[in-house]
Amino acid sequence: MHNPQLNRNGELQHLLTIEGLPRDIITAILDTAVPFTEVAEREVKKLPLLRGKSVFNLFFESSTRTRTTFEIAAKRLSADVINLNITTSSTTKGETLLDTIDNLCAMQADMFVVRHASSGAPYLIAQHLSAIGRDDIHVINAGDGRHAHPTQGLLDMYTIRHYKKDFTGLTVAVVGDILHSRVARSQIHALTTLGVPEVRVIGPKTLLPAEVEKLGVHVFHDMRAGLKDVDVVMMLRLQNERMQGALLPSPQEFFKYYGLTLDKLELAKPDAIVMHPGPMNRGVEIDSAVADGPHAVILPQVTFGIAVRMAVMSILAAH
Amino acid sequence: MPLPDAEQLCRQLAEQIRPHITPHAALVGIHTGGVWIAERLHRALGLPTPLGTIDPAFYRDDFHRSGLHPQLRPSDIPFDVADRPIIIVDDVLYTGRTIRAAMNELFDYGRPARIDLAVLVDRGGRELPICARFCAHVMNIPPDKNLQLEQDEQGLLTLRIIDA
Repeated sequence: MHNPQLNRNGELQHLLTIEGLPRDIITAILDTAVPFTEVAEREVKKLPLLRGKSVFNLFFESSTRTRTTFEIAAKRLSADVINLNITTSSTTKGETLLDTIDNLCAMQADMFVVRHASSGAPYLIAQHLSAIGRDDIHVINAGDGRHAHPTQGLLDMYTIRHYKKDFTGLTVAVVGDILHSRVARSQIHALTTLGVPEVRVIGPKTLLPAEVEKLGVHVFHDMRAGLKDVDVVMMLRLQNERMQGALLPSPQEFFKYYGLTLDKLELAKPDAIVMHPGPMNRGVEIDSAVADGPHAVILPQVTFGIAVRMAVMSILAAH
Repeated sequence: MPLPDAEQLCRQLAEQIRPHITPHAALVGIHTGGVWIAERLHRALGLPTPLGTIDPAFYRDDFHRSGLHPQLRPSDIPFDVADRPIIIVDDVLYTGRTIRAAMNELFDYGRPARIDLAVLVDRGGRELPICARFCAHVMNIPPDKNLQLEQDEQGLLTLRIIDA
């Protein structure tokens, strides 16, 4: 099947999901991000790659970190950035998503960074652009529903590679609310594509999607068993806002069984790294002693995220 | 076409530069061939300032035509650029677009006192008003050919002509 993210030459046209993305494209994005990390050290923190281009941040769902790091990334590439907070704009006046897109195309947009509560919204926009003959406009998924958050998955892979150098000998655990997490899906696809031999998911039955094993992961309901000898612990945020019905007795109960504490972390390898996509619920999925401790690489993740988003944008703009 | 010995040209280039070196001068090699030459010049001239390297691909004006190649190396400027005399080092001077890109990149680190250019070979074909102050060899190469510097496993430099 044709991958809607790739153009006829097999190059990246949009970034919608990590699922089905060839390994060499993922590796090329990570490699391209490396020289971008150095730009932050310069007096002038700017490269001219996207000079004269307009990047529209379309956030139909609120976000601080992702929107800000996309904005910084685009600005470091010299693009003009327009932030639209659409939860408070025209859609509340009844305009459809595709009408909004048509209007922004008429404003000479070159790239859309889209976050939407509905899975598949960025894909719908990419399809629409193709239908109206605007293959020169690129779409980046900045998180859609429960589906995917590819740049988060990529920056997590960059972080792992930075600290562990190589993926092929690692044991990685993804812990917590997998069911509601687009981050977890992108992480799992990226880890398996890059050749991580042992990917574990740890969480209560009520917060794991049905047939999660089919993604090529090992399932643990006991966190202590799942953390045994892992190299990387990827914590997830407990997504209270997406929960319907009684999936959990209480956050305190969740912390007792699935919160990452120093004594649970001792089961992992001594040089294990702890990651979290943010925002953190301290005392719910992660203890402050771990979040602020020597194993945590949560703030470097944010910094690497800028370089990785610069890499994605400049690769898309070149195609 | 007979090509000159690249190692010999490196030694000539060092002697050309030597009388003009000032105490704070710094060398910046352009990846990849320019870095090999800059390493030799840095040794031969015994400069106290550490060697800088840049990959000006991000500043090229043909980025939208040629895209990015993932083998880009981070630029490394381990000294303060402001008010320092800098010599950019490259292997082959052709259109001048790489040098323009390299100068743009250097200015993002600060305002140098001056910039000079040192190249092993000027092959003609300029598309910008750029010329090298230090140049070990001048020759004309037709536009359908590329002049390329290569380094073998022993670290020996040789010039080669390939189809463009």
